[in-house]
Amino acid sequence: MHRTGELYGQYKTLEQQKETATLGMWVFLVTEILFFGGMFLTYAINRHEYPTAFGVGGNMLDLNLGFANTVVLIASSFTMAMSVWSAQTSNKKLVPIFLIFTLILGIVFLGVKVVEYKQKFDHHLIPGHGFDITYCSKQPAAVCGISEEDHAKEITEIKEGIEADGGLVALNAHAQLYFSLYFGMTGLHALHMIVGAGLLVWLILESRKGRFDANYNTPVENIGLYWHFVDIVWIFLFPLLYLINRHLA
Amino acid sequence: MSGTTTSSGGEYQLPREHYLNASYGIRSWLLTTDHKRIALLYLAAVTFFFFVGGIFATLIRIHLLTPNGLLVTPETYNKLFTMHGVAMVFFFLIPSIPAILGNFLIPIMIGAKDLAFPKINLLSWYVYIIGGCFVLYSFGTGGLDTGWTFYTPLSSVYSNSAVTPAVIGIFINGFSSILTGLNFVVTVHTMRAPGMTWFRLPLFVWSHYATSLIMILGTPVIAITVLLAGLERIFHFGFFNPAYGGDPILFQHLFWFYSHPAVYIMILPAMGVVSEIIPTFVRKPIFGYSFVAASSIGIAVIGFLVWAHHMFVTGEATYAAIAFSFLSYLVAIPSAVKVFNWTATLYKGSISYDTPMLYALGFIGLFTIGGLTGLFLACLGLDIHLHDTYFVIAHFHYIMVGGAVMGYVGGLHFWWPKITGRLYPEFLARAAAIILFIGFNLTFFPQFILGGLGMPRRYHNYPPEFQVLNVMSTAGASILALGYLLPMLYLTWSMRYGKIAGPNPWPATGLEWKTDSPPLTENFRETPEVDWEPYDFVHRPDLGLTGSKPKLPGKLSPAHGDD
Amino acid sequence: MSENGHQEHVVSPKLYATILAALLFGTWLTVQAAKIDLGRWNIVLALLIATIKMSLVILFFMHGKYSSRRTQLVIVSGFFWLAIMLGLTMTDYSTRKPEPSRSANPPAIAIHRA
Repeated sequence: MHRTGELYGQYKTLEQQKETATLGMWVFLVTEILFFGGMFLTYAINRHEYPTAFGVGGNMLDLNLGFANTVVLIASSFTMAMSVWSAQTSNKKLVPIFLIFTLILGIVFLGVKVVEYKQKFDHHLIPGHGFDITYCSKQPAAVCGISEEDHAKEITEIKEGIEADGGLVALNAHAQLYFSLYFGMTGLHALHMIVGAGLLVWLILESRKGRFDANYNTPVENIGLYWHFVDIVWIFLFPLLYLINRHLA
Repeated sequence: MSGTTTSSGGEYQLPREHYLNASYGIRSWLLTTDHKRIALLYLAAVTFFFFVGGIFATLIRIHLLTPNGLLVTPETYNKLFTMHGVAMVFFFLIPSIPAILGNFLIPIMIGAKDLAFPKINLLSWYVYIIGGCFVLYSFGTGGLDTGWTFYTPLSSVYSNSAVTPAVIGIFINGFSSILTGLNFVVTVHTMRAPGMTWFRLPLFVWSHYATSLIMILGTPVIAITVLLAGLERIFHFGFFNPAYGGDPILFQHLFWFYSHPAVYIMILPAMGVVSEIIPTFVRKPIFGYSFVAASSIGIAVIGFLVWAHHMFVTGEATYAAIAFSFLSYLVAIPSAVKVFNWTATLYKGSISYDTPMLYALGFIGLFTIGGLTGLFLACLGLDIHLHDTYFVIAHFHYIMVGGAVMGYVGGLHFWWPKITGRLYPEFLARAAAIILFIGFNLTFFPQFILGGLGMPRRYHNYPPEFQVLNVMSTAGASILALGYLLPMLYLTWSMRYGKIAGPNPWPATGLEWKTDSPPLTENFRETPEVDWEPYDFVHRPDLGLTGSKPKLPGKLSPAHGDD
Repeated sequence: MSENGHQEHVVSPKLYATILAALLFGTWLTVQAAKIDLGRWNIVLALLIATIKMSLVILFFMHGKYSSRRTQLVIVSGFFWLAIMLGLTMTDYSTRKPEPSRSANPPAIAIHRA
């Protein structure tokens, strides 16, 4: 473990060291843009091909939970930014506090995600042999834990979807594309959150030693960049996954 | 023989202290953060995968000696060419020059003590090894029969072979490439020595910078693509699966978005090697430095715009195909700029045919053939006929083996004195270079003819009238194998018994030749300052060339490498 | 080293709070916009709002506005390459003729092993 802001052997100045780390982080984030980009492309093509099934699938997500999670994540980005500010202004006590807030919000986000996944699991919406887009519409509303009103809407939507998509088999197949992308994209995003949470834990432990101040705050700043990037991904995932066809509902 | 090694001091001695004897023991290697040692770790691992891929290639060529196949069942044949491709492309060609020569040389060439992120550099080697283990596991437990392209839904639904571990391995290995590229880009931006301006960078560094851009911008896409295919296979998700209404051609788009630029990951570093070798053995500055540098970036950028030319016969839209065909022709421009500039550098130069030069000249000829036949394939109408035939196989082997591997072996010879401090046996090395060149052409030129005649790729048998050409190809492959084994033997031998090289045996102009051979762990005793232009032999008295050269050659006829 | 070693810029908590408010407003707005039927413009509007939100995060939370030219170039090139990937792939899909095999009843046409 090296001391606060120690100069590594390959650099000549601390400034060079910091500049290098920042550039490295940004270049890494560019790779992340293209990494998620491949998934966004897959989403775009499939949604373009099957708007009906994607609409039906999107309306099966819980808008309230999605909205709440977006707010939580944006708030966590704010607290992360504040921890960078605390470090930059040498408020050594505040750094871990804001970081802990960020971590808590991140964990809340992941918790909500777990609830949502569990719900989809119960509703037979995991792609594969057991997938059944009509599962909830065939059950009494209480079994799926949704309101009578939503249940009625879902039944109409599926009926219309079957008509528009050329049959139940087709709708069921195409909706699996939607849910594959839903789980793929949010899963990958959640994985990034978990990595971020791990980094935050390390950062909190380090910052409690008072390591980060105006002279040396590269780790806070770079992990912050990563955290904001993960936030940005969600900013796109939320409308693309949750809001596709809300105007029909 | 090679350049004047007899400077004032007479015989050279190895420096007392250098990166190889700085510390001893297995831990000092496995936990090293010295870019030079990591380069050697890569050398060992990459050579291993070259052997693995080579064994599969040998089996393929033996099998194709007779029309009905000599050796294996059709299923096994599918696995052989797949595993040959996977081992060679992902685990040999892509890391070969960047991770070995680039790793070793870039910090020294720009006058830095190390790469920007030495620990990440070591990490990338371990990532490579872990990815490699997964792929070897796949090879060992049922093999892989999807083709190196992993097209869905064969790979994601129908194949009975060990696709899952292979896909995981490719996914993991991608991060090794990403980390290497990231490290190089940041290093070139932030670690240059005083006076080392962008336009004083060796062309080797320029080409690696361009390569790194591709690694950074392309590799994440292949990672996500194989991940999606893997999710389809493991969890029965649907992204490309036609059973769900998905589009397999989308997989191909994503796959080739990386895998076409990946060809430039292989060839650009080799171009960098050639750009270093040619001025050295012609004793002339490279012709049109800025054009050669800019063409590297040009290739990297345009290389991203052409991928769908791999999919002309898949059901891709005709209009898109026309656009991609046109864009594919554009790549020929920066590539041709390079070839013309190298050729112009040779003009009226005082050429010495040392081993690295033989490889460089071989590269120019073979790359030109490979590049021009690429234009055939970029042509929409012609591609319908040539698609998926041996013409394609021959074309990309001219680029990858004739180009990238020639550059790699040539570069290995050129910098061997720097890496080990010792010279290889010159006569054997020249013989090996010539054997390699002959063997290569005998192996792959007949395949152009086979392809033109319509022999499809990836078939385990063929009509009897193709036998003569196939036997020629197999015969060539055995000569080629000799051409690879020889350097392997004498280079290993020379590590212990070779003549001591001294700091600058050729002599060459780069910064790497101003430090000891082998260099110190910190590369330089003190940070160098650069006050000379690249490839300038005239204003460099320290090279010891005064008086002897340049004499005008007697006759002024141009000495072109190709006809 | 390189000539553009930049001074570290400290963004004030007030500005951070403003951005937070803007982002929350954007989130609310995108949900409201989604509930109105705009036909094909729903997706355009949703992406526009998301892009604005992203720009705010990059410019202020991530200090993109105050970064060196080089860093800004890195950011822009990341999105530029993403645009290449999306755009050139779209040239294929937007000009393709509708294929009979990709409509109607997928499982019926799924390839079966021999």
